[in-house]
Amino acid sequence: MSAENKEVILSVENLSVEYSSKDIGTAKAVNGMSFSIKKGTTLGLVGETGAGKTTTAYSIMGIVPKPQGKVVSGKIEFEGRDLRKLPERELRKIRGSKISMIFQDPMTALNPIDTVGRQIEEVLKLHDNLSHEEAIRKAGELLEMVGIPSERYNEYPHQFSGGMKQRVVIAIALACQPEFLIADEPTTALDVTIQSQILSMINELKQTLGTSMLLITHDLGVVAEMCDEVCVVYAGQIVERGNFRHIYKNMAHPYTIGLFNSLPDLRNSSQKLQPIPGMMPDPTDLPKGCKFQPRCQYCTEKCRQEEPKLLELEDGHFVRCFCPQKR
Amino acid sequence: MDSFLRVEHLKKYFKSHGGILHAVDDVSFSIEEGKTIGVVGESGCGKSTLGRVMIHLLDSTDGKIIYKGEDVTKPDRKRLSELRSEMQMIFQDPYSSLNPKYTVFQALEEPLLIQQNLKVREREEKVYEIMEMVGLAERLVNTFPHELDGGRRQRIGIGRALSINPRFIVCDEPVSALDVSIQAQILNLLQEIQEKMNLTYMFITHDLAVVKYISDKILVMYLGQVVEFADSEELFANPLNPYTKALLSAVPVPDIEQRKERVILKGEVTSPIDPKPGCRFASRCAYATEACFSQTPELREVSEGHWVRCVNV
Ligand SMILES: Nc1ncnc2c1ncn2[C@@H]1O[C@H](COP(=O)(O)OP(=O)(O)O)[C@@H](O)[C@H]1O
Ligand SMILES: Nc1ncnc2c1ncn2[C@@H]1O[C@H](COP(=O)(O)OP(=O)(O)O)[C@@H](O)[C@H]1O
Ligand SMILES: [Mg+2]
Ligand SMILES: [Mg+2]
Repeated sequence: MSAENKEVILSVENLSVEYSSKDIGTAKAVNGMSFSIKKGTTLGLVGETGAGKTTTAYSIMGIVPKPQGKVVSGKIEFEGRDLRKLPERELRKIRGSKISMIFQDPMTALNPIDTVGRQIEEVLKLHDNLSHEEAIRKAGELLEMVGIPSERYNEYPHQFSGGMKQRVVIAIALACQPEFLIADEPTTALDVTIQSQILSMINELKQTLGTSMLLITHDLGVVAEMCDEVCVVYAGQIVERGNFRHIYKNMAHPYTIGLFNSLPDLRNSSQKLQPIPGMMPDPTDLPKGCKFQPRCQYCTEKCRQEEPKLLELEDGHFVRCFCPQKR
Repeated sequence: MDSFLRVEHLKKYFKSHGGILHAVDDVSFSIEEGKTIGVVGESGCGKSTLGRVMIHLLDSTDGKIIYKGEDVTKPDRKRLSELRSEMQMIFQDPYSSLNPKYTVFQALEEPLLIQQNLKVREREEKVYEIMEMVGLAERLVNTFPHELDGGRRQRIGIGRALSINPRFIVCDEPVSALDVSIQAQILNLLQEIQEKMNLTYMFITHDLAVVKYISDKILVMYLGQVVEFADSEELFANPLNPYTKALLSAVPVPDIEQRKERVILKGEVTSPIDPKPGCRFASRCAYATEACFSQTPELREVSEGHWVRCVNV
């Protein structure tokens, strides 16, 4: 896939987000995140719980929960427009027509007391000004497209299994034919066989509709399957970024290497797991210097004092580390 | 010689609204001492129920459980209480299985109170011994579960299971709720403890990479039944049941090599309530023939130690 010459659809520059409350103080959830996504490609945000992935997605959507959450800095440009400068009304229009989001838990997007068909219809009517009949026909088509027989149009969410609900959510997300799709752990709650159905469906839809995508996951296997580019996120920062194939062969950040070494490998059975010692830092009390430093076996005095910048190690391959390694 | 633990035609049915739910339906296998048997399959296929029946948290509906040569299917009260201490369980979500009002110390002390006549001092020593064994720092002794991360809570869960010298532990998705870096810590811990105490594990998971890593033998379940049972290496090298093949091919692998042919299954798991005769996987199987819908396949040994339930193998 040559992503080099494509136009950028979304760019995030120096995004920082905090959550404040009396009890916990200020949690620095996202700390200077920068990345961009080219038209028609998929970028993966991969990292462990609490890394700041969902908060990043919320920031793009303009739905960071208030009043605790606050975007402290950053520019989010979508098709050349700074989303943070748009009035709420404009933003809502973009959310309804150009950017859609799929959440991990399908029930956050579904209304339990309305039929699945009608919920898709709603989106269509809002967005396309379709007549009632047209909306019904199109909603039925969308259901079929995600592999649900249109006979189930008048059923309610609780009559569907988890996998089927997530398909409905995807149908709703695609109803407005968004140019850009954010999927936050869309298959994490599903069984692998259902996950593989859903992922291959998303891949097909991406191809036919040319949708660009931000895919959030903690599963490196899903990244390999779906993403052109990847950002590895730790404590609200990107620690490594680049083309997935390149990163797979040349990963350099000790955290990225640690993640891969923590995974049991289906093909190699004599392997011994090498866990990363310790755990994620508390976002209300981040360590000085490199945020990964307390868990890093290559840590030096400099790492404890100074925060490394995300620097280009090779063409398009960025690493935030004073002592990049080889796996 | 008899196996450490052997199960014959084990069944567990539940009464439900629509009829009889066949949660575990004719499961047979055996485990050697000190080894790990992995159990995989999609949610609802009966893994947890099987684990619970094995350690007598649930009564079986039919079949036999033979433990070190003794039929323990229906133990009397005294034997049951002994078995309950020799057989333990570690749960997926340590948070919901721990009493939120208990400190680490109390959580680890509790099983000792019930099971043994130890002096206060001895109990205390034992608690610290367990904390060290499961990698909980001494300074955490008075903290509560909500103050700890998932990995540490799971260490408490493991500690509780270990405190009364078990012989057999059912680990029910013990790492499924943990992040990969923490998951690897816990998997290594479980292996260390197993070696040290010569424990036998039944390791339930839906993660195929994890099950391959940890298991000596693997049971693949589908709708209450074993569809394949073999040595871990053999199962992954040479899967024979079409469901096993589909399951293995569905796992997204974190590398950049050319994907092998992927079997995408049609539809979803059908209901375990009053299942029709015939193969339970037939409606989703790409190779199903007419016979599959009418004949109920038996679990057969097709090569030494490799058991498959499929008429077409
Ligand atoms: N509504 C909230 N209030 C306070 N803290 C929050 C809130 N949402 C998220 N956080 C904190 O922000 C950090 C990043 O969270 P999140 O973006 O959900 O991470 P991820 O999606 O990578 O797991 C975490 O430490 C989390 O506890
Ligand atoms: N106590 C119970 N009463 C009724 N049905 C149950 C009970 N426990 C489990 N089941 C049913 O038995 C089947 C197997 O469940 P379970 O053993 O939890 O599967 P798994 O652990 O593989 O996800 C499911 O259909 C479940 O709904
Ligand atoms: Mg999240
Ligand atoms: Mg279960």
